[in-house]
Amino acid sequence: MFDTPLQRLTPNGDLLGESPLPLEEIRRLYQAMLSARVYDRKCSVMQRQGRLATYAQFEGQEASQIGAVAALRKQDWVVGTYRDAGAMWFHGYPWVNLILGRTGDERGGRAPDGVNVTPPSITVGGHMIHAVGTAWASRIKGDDSVSLTLFGDGATSEGDFHEAMNFAGVYKTPTIFMCQNNGWAISMPRDRQTASKTIAHKSIAYGVAGALVDGNDLLAVYEVCKQAVDRARAGEGATLIEALTYRMGPHTTTDDPSRYRTNEGVEEWAQKDPIERVRRYLESEGAWDPAWQAEVESEESDRVETAVSEAEALTPWTADEIFEGMFAEIPPHLAYQQSLLRRRP
Amino acid sequence: MTEMNIAQAVNAGLATALEDERVVLIGEDVGTTGGVFRVSDGLLARFGPERVIDTPVAESGIVGAAFGMAINGLKPIVEIQFMGFTYPGFDQIISHVARIRNRSRHRFTAPMVIRIPYGAGIGAAEHHSESAEVIYAHTPGLKVVVPSTPYDAKGLLLAAVEDPDPVVFLEPIRMYRAIREDVPDEPYTVPIGVAELVEEGDDVTLIGYGAMMKEIGAAFELLTASGVSVEVIDVRSLVPLDTETIIESIRKTGRAVVVQEAPRTAGFGAEIVAQIQEHALFSLEAPVERVTGWDTIVPLRRAEKHYMPSTEDIVQAAHRTLLS
Repeated sequence: MFDTPLQRLTPNGDLLGESPLPLEEIRRLYQAMLSARVYDRKCSVMQRQGRLATYAQFEGQEASQIGAVAALRKQDWVVGTYRDAGAMWFHGYPWVNLILGRTGDERGGRAPDGVNVTPPSITVGGHMIHAVGTAWASRIKGDDSVSLTLFGDGATSEGDFHEAMNFAGVYKTPTIFMCQNNGWAISMPRDRQTASKTIAHKSIAYGVAGALVDGNDLLAVYEVCKQAVDRARAGEGATLIEALTYRMGPHTTTDDPSRYRTNEGVEEWAQKDPIERVRRYLESEGAWDPAWQAEVESEESDRVETAVSEAEALTPWTADEIFEGMFAEIPPHLAYQQSLLRRRP
Repeated sequence: MTEMNIAQAVNAGLATALEDERVVLIGEDVGTTGGVFRVSDGLLARFGPERVIDTPVAESGIVGAAFGMAINGLKPIVEIQFMGFTYPGFDQIISHVARIRNRSRHRFTAPMVIRIPYGAGIGAAEHHSESAEVIYAHTPGLKVVVPSTPYDAKGLLLAAVEDPDPVVFLEPIRMYRAIREDVPDEPYTVPIGVAELVEEGDDVTLIGYGAMMKEIGAAFELLTASGVSVEVIDVRSLVPLDTETIIESIRKTGRAVVVQEAPRTAGFGAEIVAQIQEHALFSLEAPVERVTGWDTIVPLRRAEKHYMPSTEDIVQAAHRTLLS
């Protein structure tokens, strides 16, 4: 079990077996992956320019994130982390919010109404159980929404991973656990994170379905996620998916990976790039041309620029506003503290 | 009206709350056995296993799952078995429950109640006697209430369930079955953030909450019998704290004894004392006295009495304020 990851597209873009998606939909998802990469690279640049605070790149993980969210419906939940901007955005969380968050502004954490995407979890591992709770609530309320939670290989070492998986197993909640095993938890390699042969193996102990998938293969990720989503919606419980991918960049912009890894892995995984392999496939199907690519890249670049300008144009919180997020109504002791701050020269 | 104790009043409050389909009760052994203190007795039979949920032993999982339910439209009531067992779930409370309104700027909220039996005095095992209320009071984003009577227990519980923000609801273990009083059968709330002026007097104010109200009540009797006019305030709500009621009382009496069962250093009593000196220093006729537990681990059964603040401690403290 879990000997080989499911693959639908080879790194050369050759299709193995049936495609789970029509060509037009693959084009749409390809475009989304490109957009995510444009955003990701721009954010890294802007961080170096001093316009954004610390940034966590997700380059290399676009297929895992876009492919997973592609299997959801609008009303479903996405509960992810600081490295899941691609997934959050593709489920309706605007770039401007994500950028706001990275400029150091809590207003970025507010998903638009009707978009069930939680603010990215910053502490590692505590959020997975939330996707058990949101999924459970959906069932109690009698709606058929499912909840997708994204996390890395490092998060599976947290005790909260165990509690979340165990609850999902016991209560058969409609939760999809999407582990993006990107090989590294800051400096800690995957083989020192767990003695388990694969992370997918852990599903067996919890009595939930498990899947191992090539996380750089958009079609394969979509396929296993769609199966997991269908199972969850049908009341058949949770699935743990391990998507094998690679963190091409540093942990965050404050990290220096040369302290703990050589460039070998990066070079090896660059050959398995999730975007390039779909491009090759589309090209072989006559559904890609360089002009379209350039157009998508430039449009997305403009969109991200606009989002940055919007975020930067927003006036920072006033002293008053820092009190306003704490409770539905400001209680007297906070109102008093607010008055003290107002008097600060 | 039905005469009941605190455990029964909480049970009645839970039953009323569960009439709302958005409310679920979740915790270890809350269903089949009715909770280790039998506070949720009979609720499983009435509301079913989908709404009264027995969980695996996993405090982080319980709080975290309830949090997920809360942001998706339910109103969970969590039961932690003993305060000393909260710590494995504490990251969920501090990092997620207390913060979500702010970090999502009101898009997601956690209207949940975390019920925690707390306190010593029943000779329980290690980790079963904690009074760590100040940790919750110190965490921005949480409300913290502590009933000391059956009437308040039901009313504050229903107010906590109605509240749009997370409320930590502390149940004094020692008081669960210590007192009985008439409790209305119909739903009612006791507002969060309002202290109760239990007794009116002119010479000294005794201020406390939870299980300590029993010692304060006994001290009131003794002091009154010896001719002292004593005012008594049951704080009831640590966050938000009803500073006004406390300050008004100090302006009248000029003397205060603040009582807490918790360890002395940085306890909630210190916050009350600080509020008094900030807002009523010039009304004070004497230094404010504190009667507290010690900065020790609560001793096990055979030595527990050395830890507990006593009626006599409170009486003596009141007399010390009256010397000035």
